[in-house]
Amino acid sequence: MSTSLPNNRAVALAAAAFALLLVGLALAFYWVPDAPLEGFRQRIFYIHVPVALTAYACFGWAAWKALRLLSTRDRRYDLESYTAVHMGVIFGILTLVTGSIWARTSWGVWWSWGERQLVLFLVLFLFYSAYFMLRYSVEPGPRRASMSAVYALFGVVLIPVSFLAIRLAEGLIHPVVFDRDIGSNLAGSQLLTFGVCLAGTLALAAALYANELTGKRIDARLRELREALQ
Amino acid sequence: MTYFADVGALARKDLLLELRSRDTLPAMVLFVVSTLVVFNFSLPADTGDLAAYGLLWVAIVFTAILGLTRAFAAEREQRVLDGLVLAPCDRSAIWLGKGIAVVAFLALAEVVALPAFALFFEPVTWELVAAVALADVGLAAVGTLLAAMAAASRARELLLPLLFLPLVIPIVVGGVGASIGDDPGRYLAFLGLYDLIFAILSWASFEYVVTE
Amino acid sequence: MTSAERYVTAAYLVVLGVLLAYLVIYAFKLSRLEREVGELAELARRRKEEAA
Repeated sequence: MSTSLPNNRAVALAAAAFALLLVGLALAFYWVPDAPLEGFRQRIFYIHVPVALTAYACFGWAAWKALRLLSTRDRRYDLESYTAVHMGVIFGILTLVTGSIWARTSWGVWWSWGERQLVLFLVLFLFYSAYFMLRYSVEPGPRRASMSAVYALFGVVLIPVSFLAIRLAEGLIHPVVFDRDIGSNLAGSQLLTFGVCLAGTLALAAALYANELTGKRIDARLRELREALQ
Repeated sequence: MTYFADVGALARKDLLLELRSRDTLPAMVLFVVSTLVVFNFSLPADTGDLAAYGLLWVAIVFTAILGLTRAFAAEREQRVLDGLVLAPCDRSAIWLGKGIAVVAFLALAEVVALPAFALFFEPVTWELVAAVALADVGLAAVGTLLAAMAAASRARELLLPLLFLPLVIPIVVGGVGASIGDDPGRYLAFLGLYDLIFAILSWASFEYVVTE
Repeated sequence: MTSAERYVTAAYLVVLGVLLAYLVIYAFKLSRLEREVGELAELARRRKEEAA
């Protein structure tokens, strides 16, 4: 098997996540002023959007690793791709929940089909949940690795196509699209806070990813050991 | 051009098999018509007329699932797929041949379903027919690949809908939009784009799905 | 606390909650791994004794 991630990297990521998120949250709660129109509730933005972007990053990372698997046939990429999808789903769930809370506090409803990001994440959540169904119902091996990789690639292609579809669907299905005073003109302070929170969330995802990957690798090696000893 | 000869042979094999056994296509036709009848009972009295178009697309998607579940069933039962993979043809030819057969099955089912829909519910426009044709290509392209994946799994019939439905949501959007929207051209173009992207992706990656 | 403050806090708490849940699950996994390492070490030791 290949060498594992150097411990320094995992520690560095965790430390970076810790520092960035601490600073970012402090900025989000103490420093940045209330948004002019939305008021205090706009601060969900500093956790919701970074989490959403991180989920996208995880799915993109998974697709990249999937591509590497298909082109090199190196099995270690399977574990990396799988872990990345796992992280993506966790952050996807967080996106849906924080987005739902934001919808509730902005418009009084827990769900709105007019909220494009939420709908897109719901579709992606369904898609990547099926990824796990696929993995659980196929025997472990190179075949499962290839199929998972192809599926992960389809997922990442689905993201823009779905987004386009959802935009087109708005013309037909939901006449009411709630408007939000979001990213269009972010003040400097808001941009800074957002940036720090985004960096922190990405670092957090990377740290969790490194941890999870190490755990899975240890699992695999223990299994090898057990087979060698018995 | 042996590639296309292979594709033709594979597609012909599937169509001939169906002609002889006659199990999948009648089931698909019966399924789609029954579903339309069920829709009559599921739509409340004061729903707008347009709702029926939405339900038509749901029916088409689920009929496709029905057909696709059978797509690799015969192969699995007779291990023919392994043989095909060993055969000296480009693996993607299997996808193309099988996909063409699936499109044919879907089209034949729709030849019955669309007139039935026009009879029971709403008129069928040319935009709707075009949308259905484009959708068939997309459904078959993606569905054939996913059916091959599901065939290799333990869950089989259970797995295919789970993999399939999120991926074809854009097709439903395109189809419904072309059926009822003011600007069907936009939705038809979107369907064409979907078909192009996913057909190329499926064609290129099929090999990795069926081999080790 | 105003209603808006409640919701904002809830959103951040949910993120914290999920992370903590992940931590708990991971703790279970680590203890399982530790147990397995112990078993395998025992197996190896026994093998060594048999070989000797």
